[in-house]
Amino acid sequence: MSDPRAPIGSAEQREAAEARRRDLILRYSAAVRTRHWLVAIAFVLAALSGLALFHPALFGLSGLFGGGPWTRVLHPFLGLLMVVIFLILAGAVAADNRMEPRDWAWLRQYRDVVNNREDRLPEVGRYNAGQKLIFYVILACLVGLLLTGLPMWHAYFSMYLPVGLIRLSSVVHAVCALVLICTIIVHIYAAIWVKGSVHAMTRGTVTPGWAWKHHRAWFRETMTHAANSRPRAD
Amino acid sequence: MALQSLDIRRRSATTTRSPDIRSISTGGGVAKLIDTTKCIGCKACQVACMEWNDLRDEIGTNTGQYQNPHDLSESSWTLMRFAEVESPKGDLEWLIRKDGCMHCADPGCLKACPSPGAIVQYANGIVDFHEENCIGCGYCITGCPFDIPRISKRDHKAYKCTLCSDRVAVGLEPACIKACPTGALVFGTKDDMKLHAAERIEDLKSRGFENAGLYDPAGVGGTHVMYVLHHADQPQLYSDLPDDPHISPAVRVWKGVTKPFALALMGFTALAGFFHYIHVGPNETDERDEAAARDLARKQEKAP
Repeated sequence: MSDPRAPIGSAEQREAAEARRRDLILRYSAAVRTRHWLVAIAFVLAALSGLALFHPALFGLSGLFGGGPWTRVLHPFLGLLMVVIFLILAGAVAADNRMEPRDWAWLRQYRDVVNNREDRLPEVGRYNAGQKLIFYVILACLVGLLLTGLPMWHAYFSMYLPVGLIRLSSVVHAVCALVLICTIIVHIYAAIWVKGSVHAMTRGTVTPGWAWKHHRAWFRETMTHAANSRPRAD
Repeated sequence: MALQSLDIRRRSATTTRSPDIRSISTGGGVAKLIDTTKCIGCKACQVACMEWNDLRDEIGTNTGQYQNPHDLSESSWTLMRFAEVESPKGDLEWLIRKDGCMHCADPGCLKACPSPGAIVQYANGIVDFHEENCIGCGYCITGCPFDIPRISKRDHKAYKCTLCSDRVAVGLEPACIKACPTGALVFGTKDDMKLHAAERIEDLKSRGFENAGLYDPAGVGGTHVMYVLHHADQPQLYSDLPDDPHISPAVRVWKGVTKPFALALMGFTALAGFFHYIHVGPNETDERDEAAARDLARKQEKAP
């Protein structure tokens, strides 16, 4: 902070400038990374406790939460925590997740996507169409899980609602959870597959080559932005 | 596990076979027959149930009818339900039904329960809750077609009629049967109870109750608590006894196909990822990408 060249501005702008000094590009600010990992932790706990209640073969997972009754007590709160933190995260990333015309072209070329032939794909902004779809599927699943989870929450809600609604909620809750878990498996695998993604979400930065290869339109934007915000050389 | 002297047919949330080497169940298991046409609504069965099971419900409020308490609870496992019904002929009929667990052959509570061994079905047909394994989730209530289980606000465990499994295990009849002063409640093998019911129904028909019949609903595979009804064609007259009770399709899907399908799909998704990595390999950036990025950045700087 004592550096006289340090740019004045938000924490994110300072992080971006710091990344540029190391010839890197800031992809996820510390605030976004924190929210992401809070959601991730809440998801893992909610999923493990939910799976324990879902299938007899997985009931042993309840041991991680202190036994069956504790799993039953904790699961709804963990789920609620996940939804709330995700909504806060979604507020920060929703604008970059709007589907654009080039995204549909990108999706139609899914064969090139899964076979690492990125040179044939349309340019990608901050997020590619796959990431955007995952964002919307997660959002829809979480809304579904919240709306069906509340009626199933016996301690506070079930007694006020008709049993038919609770029965329907139970099966829809399971289906939403299944879709969410499979989507997160895809999300995690994509991070392992596309090298540099884990670094982006743990340390915040990517190399210019990474941005150029995977998110070229975003790379152009960051270059323009960096040029505009660079302190004058004199 | 309670009552180890009894064979078990099914346990909740258990995919392996239950202990059942004895195979001594005969006569279709045990059954309680409730003859509503002989019931006088004295509630001796309610009192006997409280006494044997050491249950004392909270004192409620008078709701303007004989029914007391107003509903089943974790401390009231059986309850006389009083319905005043006007027949098409203009007669007033007082239809009294002893409500409580029906001990279904295909129990929705057991199907829905996620906790291994919290609900068991003995070989004799009794469906019993083992509260030491209960986690208090309320899925049994979701699964039950008769709205029977209740969860205690104090210990968050589910309770209902045990058909006095502890008494039956040692050759005694349930407490309610012992207390009934009119013989409206009888207990024996299910086959014997059906024979007894058939005699009663014949008698009722000869007295003008043409639609008298046995309530042993096939939708839940039959029950080990059966009713003789004067109006077996209209069970709903008896304080909404379900016409065709069955496990809800939603519960069947939730607890049936969804479970193996979900595990398979999750496993498949993970495997698909793994083999994609093995087959196609990671998507990496190298020095050429960095060089291309530098080129583009330089170009962009020159021509803003």
